[in-house]
Amino acid sequence: MEDNLVLEGLEVVYHKPDTLTEAPFHYCPGCGHGVAHRLIMEVVEEMGIEEQTIGIAPVGCSVFAYHYMKIDMQEAAHGRACAVATGVKRLLPEKYVFTYQGDGDLAAIGTAETIHTVNRGENLAIFFINNAIYGMTGGQMAPTSLCHQVTSTSPYGREEKAMGFPLKMTELVAHLPGAYYVTRQAVHTPNAVRKCKKAIRNAFEYQKENKGTCFVEIVSNCPSGWRLTPLDSQKWLEENMLPMYKLGDIKLPGKD
Amino acid sequence: MTKEPLKPREVKLMKGNEALAEAAIRAGMDAYFGYPITPQSEVLEYLTIEVPKRSGLVLQAESEVAAINMIYGASGAGGRVMTSSSSPGISLMQEGLSYIASAELPCLVVNVNRGGPGLGTIQPSQGDYFQSTKGGGHGDYRLIVLAPASVQEMADFVFDGFVLAEKYRGPVLILADGALGQMMEKVDLKAEGSLPKTVPSWATRGRSKDRDPNIITSLFIQPEKMEQINMRLQAKYKIIAEKEVRYEEYHTDDADYILVAYGLSARIVRKTVDLAREKGIKAGLLRPQTLFPFPSVRIAELAKHAKAFLDVEMNAGQMVEDVRLAVNGKTEVFFKGRMGGIIPSPEEILEELERIDEKIVAYQE
Repeated sequence: MEDNLVLEGLEVVYHKPDTLTEAPFHYCPGCGHGVAHRLIMEVVEEMGIEEQTIGIAPVGCSVFAYHYMKIDMQEAAHGRACAVATGVKRLLPEKYVFTYQGDGDLAAIGTAETIHTVNRGENLAIFFINNAIYGMTGGQMAPTSLCHQVTSTSPYGREEKAMGFPLKMTELVAHLPGAYYVTRQAVHTPNAVRKCKKAIRNAFEYQKENKGTCFVEIVSNCPSGWRLTPLDSQKWLEENMLPMYKLGDIKLPGKD
Repeated sequence: MTKEPLKPREVKLMKGNEALAEAAIRAGMDAYFGYPITPQSEVLEYLTIEVPKRSGLVLQAESEVAAINMIYGASGAGGRVMTSSSSPGISLMQEGLSYIASAELPCLVVNVNRGGPGLGTIQPSQGDYFQSTKGGGHGDYRLIVLAPASVQEMADFVFDGFVLAEKYRGPVLILADGALGQMMEKVDLKAEGSLPKTVPSWATRGRSKDRDPNIITSLFIQPEKMEQINMRLQAKYKIIAEKEVRYEEYHTDDADYILVAYGLSARIVRKTVDLAREKGIKAGLLRPQTLFPFPSVRIAELAKHAKAFLDVEMNAGQMVEDVRLAVNGKTEVFFKGRMGGIIPSPEEILEELERIDEKIVAYQE
């Protein structure tokens, strides 16, 4: 077995973090969720805070996040992760708390909870995976779906007059005084992954300061929902998602 | 703010809502999440004054939907938690209650029932009996439902509610009404800090290295597993039905007529029983203090000797279905109700009882 392979005289420079379980990810090939999960758990391991961290899983493709993240977790009702996280963090203010939510969960059904959690400046991290589609239910239109984007519930394309405009939740929450750190990242290239990990690290580190909510959007892809190969989906993300959802920091501590 | 010392046992004159809130602090409530709605806003108001000086935390949520999910999170983190609302707000909490029941999280929920349906009226009602006792949200689950009939019980049932919620790992509902919330009565308050508390081993408070992660969830995607979860819940409800039934009786020993009523209605019916006995009609009252579990066994016993039952509620007839199930055709069950926030008078219930009496006597002759 490969597990028993002994590499004599070689140094381990990269390994699966111990904060991930042995369960293989159920995500589709090429999906960004696996990378995002791993980055969060790498940061938790590197900071040595696995005993002090509580995660809140959403409803959506990442509903089973707790199968993979080897920490105490709660599974919230659709859209309610921020309220659940508020309950946990208020009770355990010394602990690290984060939510992991998709665009349908955070920006449609959970809009009120998201905005008010940030507005109260709850001292927790919100990781928002935006892939512009409802993946788990089979590729329906999301609040963040692009104009003219074809989905299973916008088969002729998202027509904004009838179906509304793509919702930029991250810009929206950045206006709130309770937001301490707001950034938009991606995981589609090695460079983007490195930057994203730094942002995730910031979101955990800032909880020590108790200054407000950290909000990290991660623009991601959905090859199955978008009906594209993994490689084409990365290209589509670059060409279509990033012009609408520009990467970079939107609100930095101390700079309004 | 400097913290006040723990309060000793005290007798006070208080509003029902305030007595309930005071009892929650005395019972060691760690957190309260709620949203204002008449006729129970005094609970939140009282707690926002007292909690900073005493113990625990209180947070006004952006909605009842958020409040019940904050309860989910804080209960899952091992806290002794409570929320309160009134009918329309409790409707909004049903989703959360279903999740809480499935994830087996202890918490106390208070419904100061007002008249519905819809936005309805702020006047007292018992229109939420079905919602309270038959599940309310989706799926097969029950709430333990405590029905106070006095300011004293508004306070006492908070202690009892926390005990039951933690004993059976699930949500407990106190079903009061607008009148009980607003009325002032003498109340004997238990000493603060007298209810023991332990941090549950299943709580999500950070995984120590010697154990697997604690997961709070209601998602069991394999039907075989979901059926097991359902069977566990049903087994728990069966034990609750056997062990936790509570009721009070008044002049039922020799009664020809058993009146069944809970909460505010029961106080009124008590007067009706007195008036009936003055007129020579042998009436008695059975007052369920738990609506789930329901005192079906006792009602079945009383049905062996009673000439008839009269169920009295401030609704269109909800608990009467459970009374009929318990009586099981042994004798007739009549119903008297007022709706939409109207409180029946003892006299109009007596008139109903006299009509029933005439009918029964005529039939027997």
